[in-house]
Amino acid sequence: MAHEQHNYLNHQKGIWSWLTTLDHKRIGIMYFVAIMSFFFLGGVFALLVRAELFTPGKTLFSADVYNRMMTYHGAIMVFMVIVPGIPAIFGNFVLPIMIGAKDVAFPRLNLMSWYMLMIGAMITGSTLFMQNVDTGWTFYTPYSSIKTGMGVIPMVLGVFIIGFSSILTGLNFIVTTHKLRAPGMTMNRIPLMVWALYSTAILQVLATPVLAITLLLLIAEKALGVGIFDPQLGGDPVLFQHFFWFYSHPAVYIMILPAMGVISELVATYSRKVIFGYTAIAYSSLAIAGVSFLVWGHHMFVSGQSEFAGILFSFITMLVGVPTAIKLFNWISTMYKGSIRLDAPMLFAIGFMFLFTIGGLTGVYLASTGMDVHFHDTYFVVAHFHYVMVGGTLMALMGALIYWFPKVTGKIYSDLLGRIAWVFIFTGFNVTFFPQFILGNMGMPRRYYDYLPTFTELNQMSTFGSWLIGTGFLVGLFGVFHALLKGKEAGNNPFGGKTLEWTIPSPPPHENFDKTPVISGGPYEYR
Amino acid sequence: MNWFSFITATSFMPVPATKESGDVDNLYIFLLVSGLISFIILIGGMVIFIFKYRRKTEDQKSAYITHNTLAEFLWSFIPFVIMMVIFAWGWSVFHDLRRVGEKGDVEVHVTARQWAWTFKYANDIEINSPSDKKLVENDPDSTLLKPEIVVVPVGKTIRFILTSDDVLHSFYVPAFRNKMDAVPGRRTTFTFTPIEKGDFTVFCTEYCGTKHSNMMATIRVVDGEQFAAWQAEKLAASAGASNKGPAERGEALFKGSLGCGGCHSIDGSRIVGPTFKGLYGNKRDFADGSSVTADDAYIKQSILVPTAKIVAGYPPAMSSFQGRIKEDEIKDIIEFIKTLK
Ligand code: HEM
Ligand SMILES: [Cu+2]
Repeated sequence: MAHEQHNYLNHQKGIWSWLTTLDHKRIGIMYFVAIMSFFFLGGVFALLVRAELFTPGKTLFSADVYNRMMTYHGAIMVFMVIVPGIPAIFGNFVLPIMIGAKDVAFPRLNLMSWYMLMIGAMITGSTLFMQNVDTGWTFYTPYSSIKTGMGVIPMVLGVFIIGFSSILTGLNFIVTTHKLRAPGMTMNRIPLMVWALYSTAILQVLATPVLAITLLLLIAEKALGVGIFDPQLGGDPVLFQHFFWFYSHPAVYIMILPAMGVISELVATYSRKVIFGYTAIAYSSLAIAGVSFLVWGHHMFVSGQSEFAGILFSFITMLVGVPTAIKLFNWISTMYKGSIRLDAPMLFAIGFMFLFTIGGLTGVYLASTGMDVHFHDTYFVVAHFHYVMVGGTLMALMGALIYWFPKVTGKIYSDLLGRIAWVFIFTGFNVTFFPQFILGNMGMPRRYYDYLPTFTELNQMSTFGSWLIGTGFLVGLFGVFHALLKGKEAGNNPFGGKTLEWTIPSPPPHENFDKTPVISGGPYEYR
Repeated sequence: MNWFSFITATSFMPVPATKESGDVDNLYIFLLVSGLISFIILIGGMVIFIFKYRRKTEDQKSAYITHNTLAEFLWSFIPFVIMMVIFAWGWSVFHDLRRVGEKGDVEVHVTARQWAWTFKYANDIEINSPSDKKLVENDPDSTLLKPEIVVVPVGKTIRFILTSDDVLHSFYVPAFRNKMDAVPGRRTTFTFTPIEKGDFTVFCTEYCGTKHSNMMATIRVVDGEQFAAWQAEKLAASAGASNKGPAERGEALFKGSLGCGGCHSIDGSRIVGPTFKGLYGNKRDFADGSSVTADDAYIKQSILVPTAKIVAGYPPAMSSFQGRIKEDEIKDIIEFIKTLK
């Protein structure tokens, strides 16, 4: 094309036009920049934590410094990277386009959500320079409320504000999905990515307020001495755990459902095949969202709650396992008789399925009460949730990045760099976290600064793996700059996708569609 | 560590040392085998499809298969049944681990505190978990203290009644496959029947602050006679202690049942709290800017109300010993501190 195309990137110019933009696509990019910076910070903490654990005893830091790094790593990764990650970045970018809308339902609210994330992150991050926090990302009372410094207050205040960002995004997505679908786009024709974001949004709106209340109660106790969780003031320390997990269990699905949506898109496109069991995938997302509210007690099998409560929670937890398994079966059967290309995004999708299967199966071990008593709060749990969350969410995030990169920027992300990154991340990941299952077997508890000499070799393997992962993500980041500077022109539909975003130019025009599309069939009609 | 033993499913588990731990291991083997089979079906299937249906020409078509009700029913129903088996099995094992309300042949009150366990037998024998010796003596960077030994008889039902003085802790013995939180303001129980003799490590698995990873103890399982002999020896030792001078009694308290040595050194080195070397009679500077000369009243206050005056540069980490220490024990400790010039 000779003359310059008019698109959302050159629609307005200057940094101010970005900071005040109401365009969902630009907001998606702003989230990308913000969240990737948090990810970098959280990653540095991760590498430091692993470095400290390279040898028993003191390797680099004192116990207090270690405990703080462990806390910041967890809190940043959970609240500022994995929870907002896919919905805020890719959800914002593709959701309106995928349903044929011009923007989200409340563009101003959307911009405000971004600012809330930034404000929350700044308050939380400021504690790094003032008063460090060493509670772990779970902030369990009474340690957080009576035994450690006041830095806990700004820390959880930041998380509280970030929570609002999450609620507002969720609200926006729910209304957008209900109200702004193009003519002919029934709920049974929306892409699975949208279904996933929609189920996530329900969780965000319903669960996050509970976290908000919990954190306010914690602040009330710590700052004003109101006895809620501290037994010395007549409170109940276990109550905090109930509140906390009532949010945080659904939150693990806030983290993974969007990833599942991404995987559905990738598997369909790179197998060039209609998705198998569309309805099952769509509604199992809703089923997961619903049941996940009733299983929080499985984090508390050894907290002193009654045996009966433990059994009940174990039973319901098993029920969540079923829709999770269904999804895996569906993706794999989508590949059956497909026309499969192993481009980098598909490699990430395959990596996702590999790691997620291990993570999901070990979840069943933990859901079984008699077994969890041994594994609870050991490295086995650390391995389990890294397999599902990191193996799941980050694999999907990388896949999504390379897959939608051409749509977002108009440039193709180098497939070679994508594959190199994949090799490092995938191998590094297994080298890091698989040994941790064995450490859990041997009985090494989590959140340990120092350990018995018998645990040394496995910890060293794990630390070594963390360097591979780090390298992989650096390659991935390099790929972004490489593509921006040297990437090939993408064209509208470089990978043969069927969903609506592939029908418009890359990068898309300011209002996405010149003419509102009319939909007459399902999203993955590869015939 | 023996890599070859990887093929036996539970090879990485510590030896099962209690009656119920063998049952946990059986469940584990079932989980491992059924998990491995599921993994092979899923990932094996995926790998086969990747190779079989690789796109060879750009116009290669795919089949149009939207769903298959029978397959979908089966792959929902079969996992459901397996999970119900795992659930029920886990439940029965869990029930044996908990044994709520069951009385033990030997009952011990266990109190958790940052960062030590105190074990108190019915006949007032008291063991405090960390000693003042390093676990790995020749490693200057090791932060682990050698755990003190708690003795129980083999073949008997032992019930530990847990509570905590400050924050949450969790009592975990990997060889027993059992774990229970120690909750402030509550009592929980940890019941087990040892079948193996030997030394077994206790860890704390609920994050509890700076020295969380150092909160260990050792449970030594011996036969009945040895247990009786150990108890007799301990009782004689504590009777003997009362014949000693006050400073020696104070030293025994410092190193033993009160476990001050977990946080305070006597040689001038910095652990969690300030050292006791040269404490008595010298000036202390506090976080709020005030200062005082360390005398009897100040030391007593620090033991009973540790948060009243916080020494500058240290965290307010100590919890009160109110109710756990007697008036003359405080005097003995002060006498001991006076000797640390
Ligand atoms: C869908 C993806 C999943 C995600 C994102 C996920 C995430 C997590 C996280 C973050 C934790 C640790 C929380 C902490 O203490 O810091 C955890 C623990 C746990 N997960 Fe999962 N999980 C997933 C799948 C499953 C499945 C399928 C099951 C069971 C059928 C399961 C059962 C459990 C149990 C019982 C625990 C508690 C373990 C313990 O603390 O002892 N999870 N999970
Ligand atoms: Cu502890």
